[in-house]
Amino acid sequence: MSRQSNRTTDSKKMNSELFTLTYGALVTQLCKDYENDEEVNKQLDKMGYNIGVRLIEDFLARSSVGRCQDFRETADVIAKVAFKTYLGVTPSVTNWSPAGDEFSLILESNPLVDFVELPDNHNALIYSNLLCGVLRGALEMVQMAVDVKFVQDTLRGDNVTEIRMKFIKRIEENLPAGDE
Amino acid sequence: MADDALFEFLHMEIVAHVYRDLQFIKGETDNKDRASRVSILEGMGYRVGQGLIERLTRDSPCFKDELDVMKFICKDFWTKVFRRQVDNLRTNHQGTYVLQDNKFNLLTQLSNGKQYLDQAPKYLAFSCGVVRGALSNLGLESVVTAEVSIMPSCKFQVVIQKL
Repeated sequence: MSRQSNRTTDSKKMNSELFTLTYGALVTQLCKDYENDEEVNKQLDKMGYNIGVRLIEDFLARSSVGRCQDFRETADVIAKVAFKTYLGVTPSVTNWSPAGDEFSLILESNPLVDFVELPDNHNALIYSNLLCGVLRGALEMVQMAVDVKFVQDTLRGDNVTEIRMKFIKRIEENLPAGDE
Repeated sequence: MADDALFEFLHMEIVAHVYRDLQFIKGETDNKDRASRVSILEGMGYRVGQGLIERLTRDSPCFKDELDVMKFICKDFWTKVFRRQVDNLRTNHQGTYVLQDNKFNLLTQLSNGKQYLDQAPKYLAFSCGVVRGALSNLGLESVVTAEVSIMPSCKFQVVIQKL
């Protein structure tokens, strides 16, 4: 039966299609629920944050990555391990600020926007804003406060998708003695 | 698979979002309201199901009949979307099908028994929509409902609407 062929190979792809389409359905719903795009962006970020704070546990358990020594290492782990595992793409890390506290993730393809065309009346919508929330939430759980935002987006006519990440501060926690 | 976790978290957030402002309108949690929330989730799933089936059946041959379609849903479609095959398919040969999944993917993380049983419908509405959307693009209009008596086992009832 020809229907049985190529079943195993594209199972991973299928799975990400499920994710992409579901995400699309969510954005569509949010656009219906809220009057303006800013509010949709805010909601996406908030939902991303909620996902991020949980996803980090899954990630740490799965990847056996230890504590990062500096922000450069963090950037590498995000791009080469985290993005690779969850979205199947590896963004490049560029545009470091001289102080080393800011960098950009350049995505040549963004799996979230695979089947998406942005209608004209949604100029302010940052379609993939969920990602920002995810990154922010996940890093917050490993004691890093970061600012994450989209500065370029292929959906809006730019050549690449660029996420800018800025390190704000290390979150001090009152850890119990001997617990590190 | 890693993507799986991402989808599960997203699904949880979607459910949480659709039910979120429920708390603001206190006391308005009557049945009508509940139904409308389920239908929002179902609608989202419907669209997703339509898209998925399009991609999935691209290379597959024509289906012989309704039962053939249902078998496809139980095997290939279920494997792709919910990571496993349907355990049991039953039909009365009059357009009603019962698909039983003993370890439904979206419920396995919730509970293993009767705890949180009252919450289960929330987490199934989307999936019902996915199945309905898929069937609709295969030319079968249907009504899909889900029923849980003990988690994580779940029964989907598909009633094909004869035109």
